[in-house]
Formats: sequence, structure tokens, C-alpha cells
Amino acid sequence: MIKTTITALALLATLAATPATGHEEKTGSFTISHPWARATASSQTAGAVFMEIHNHGDTDDRLVGAASPDAERVEIHGHLRDGDVMRMRRVDGIEVPAGGTAVLAPGGFHVMLMGLKSPLFEDTLTELTLTFEKAGDIEIEVVVEAAGATGASSATGKMDHGSGPMKSR
Amino acid sequence: MNRKLHIGIVLLVVAVFGFGAWLNFHGDEPAESTPVAGMVVNVGIGGPFELTDHTGARFSSESFAGNYALVYFGYTFCPDICPTELGQMAIAIDELGDDGARVSPVMITIDPKRDTPEVLSEYVPLFHERLIGLTGSEEEIRAVATRYRVFYQRFDDPNYTEYLMDHSSFVYLIGPDGTIAAMFRYGTPPEEMASTIRQHMKAQS
Repeated sequence: MIKTTITALALLATLAATPATGHEEKTGSFTISHPWARATASSQTAGAVFMEIHNHGDTDDRLVGAASPDAERVEIHGHLRDGDVMRMRRVDGIEVPAGGTAVLAPGGFHVMLMGLKSPLFEDTLTELTLTFEKAGDIEIEVVVEAAGATGASSATGKMDHGSGPMKSR
Repeated sequence: MNRKLHIGIVLLVVAVFGFGAWLNFHGDEPAESTPVAGMVVNVGIGGPFELTDHTGARFSSESFAGNYALVYFGYTFCPDICPTELGQMAIAIDELGDDGARVSPVMITIDPKRDTPEVLSEYVPLFHERLIGLTGSEEEIRAVATRYRVFYQRFDDPNYTEYLMDHSSFVYLIGPDGTIAAMFRYGTPPEEMASTIRQHMKAQS
């Protein structure tokens, strides 16, 4: 089981050094690129986390689950588009083929945080554990962006973190 | 209802289904923009409504008269599609500069059970300081959604404790006369929304 934690310091250093690609962590055969979430209101009980998962290894794998200390339940969701109707559904897993990338992005897949224990505040970090079928658990930290963001700010060229992310808890 | 109006509605339905089929065909590119942007809609869809706003006060669409509104039907438990669209609407309005003041951003919930005025009052300021959140009774929401041809349906999964809502995702531009001036499909870039709004403003002045 691989366990890696990105520290806030490393994150900031990476943000400053490589604004074009955002923060990412390489662990074993996986690189998780700029994981981000949307800020939520205190009345909201659900949030979404997005990222890109690169599998540099020789073995196909699957993201099969996730956990967060900030949420009662975490599921992997995707959207079925039926014409202009959006049907969000839980999925059993997301394939991450050997040498391939799984993209979790608005309108597609996301990690859904349900039963948020506290709101996700913009410019903070939240922890997330990703569970892969073969690689096991990978711990990452997720940057909380604006509620209406459509991408990680560092990935879209918007650099307004100011004094930098703070832990939300 | 006269014959022309009937034909208009049939054409609209055909157009919507046609674009649906087109989307399914291109279904692997979810962020794709928008063949419908700025689509002119002059048949009998839309119209005035009265609901309850996020402060708990009754709100009439008459208050937009002479100006514009960008209206989205969504729900706050929606973590992805709705925040995306509300964020894009906010960018479009900011993009308009001073003219943006003539456009009211509005979210009408299709989940009034969860989205009370209190819930909406905490949610709407996250997106735009002028965003108006509207809710109402199940019947009121059903009536408005039906007139705007918004599809929504509760989805319960035995594995969930929370229900989800399936819904069509369009942003409507309401013009100074209270009718729908344009519809924007999910994924329309805010620049495109802004330029369509600008064209409508120019045509009116």
C-alpha cells in the first residue's frame, strides 16, 4: 500500500514553480495532477473534487473509492448525458489504464463528497484518500477553488492564492 | 393557438431533439460548446413567473421589465453541473462591464424540498453578489419549469441516503419584453453568452 501525503509547503512550492501545470504528486506509478474542489456554502451538504490521474506503470488499475475526513460519505460519480438532460450517477470505478490518464473534470467524472461536516472554503486545502484496486490508498491534498470555478486556478493561469492555502480544519 | 405558433413549437421540439442527438453522437466531449448559443426562440415558451426569493420575499419576473435576466434551473445539492453554469453566468455578466448591471442572474431551484430560502441565501452569494435564488411550492416550480420546457426528475438509488435530480441544463436569456431572447446549452463559453447579450442590447437600442 502506497501512502503519500503532499504537504502544504510542497504544494505552495510547486504552485510557485510550475504555474502552468498546477500542483501534482508522483507516487509509485501514479501522478495526481492539480486536484481541486469547489467551495461550498454552509447550507450545501455535497461537494465535488476533480483531478487528472496519470498511470505511468505497466499495469491497468481502477480508482474504486475515496474517503475524506470532511465528509460522511465519498462516492465516485459520473454524468450520463441524455440530450440536454444531465443524469448524475454513482459509478463503481474509473479505469486508469497502464500509460493512460483518467480525467475527472466538470461535466464528466468527479469524486463526490456527501454529508460535508464543514463547508469547503475557497483557498483552503482538504484531504482526500484515493483507493485504487491494485495500488491501494494514495493520500492527496485538494485545493478548494471558487464555487463557480471550472478548473484549478493554477491550471487555468489564474494565480490569486495570495498568502496561500490554509488548512480548512 | 394559431397555426404558425404550432409550427413554431414543432420546429423547436425538432431542433432540441436534433441537438440532443448531435450531443449523444459527440458524447465523449462533455465540455464541447454550443451549437445552440444565441438560438432565437420566439415561440410560446417561457413567460412571467412569481416565486419566493432567497430572502423569503415574493418575487415577480415583472421586476426585470425593460432589462435582461439570465435564468438557470438547478439545485444546490448538485456539485458539478449547476456550479459550472452559475459560474459561467457570473463571468458573462462581469464580461459585459457596465452593461452587466442591466442583466439579473437568477437561479430557479428544481429541488424546492431541499432548497428553502435559507439554503439559497447562503448559496447564491458564492457565485454573484446579485444572483437571485428562487424557490416555491412543488406546484409553483413545476408550473414554471413546464412553461420553460425544463425537464427534471428525482432519482432515488437504494444505495443513497440522498436523492439526486436529473435535469435539463440550459441558461435562458430573458429580454426586456419578458420573453426568451436566447437559450444557451451547457458548456457555452461565457464570452459567447456575453456577446449574444450584447447583440440583443444593440438591437434594442
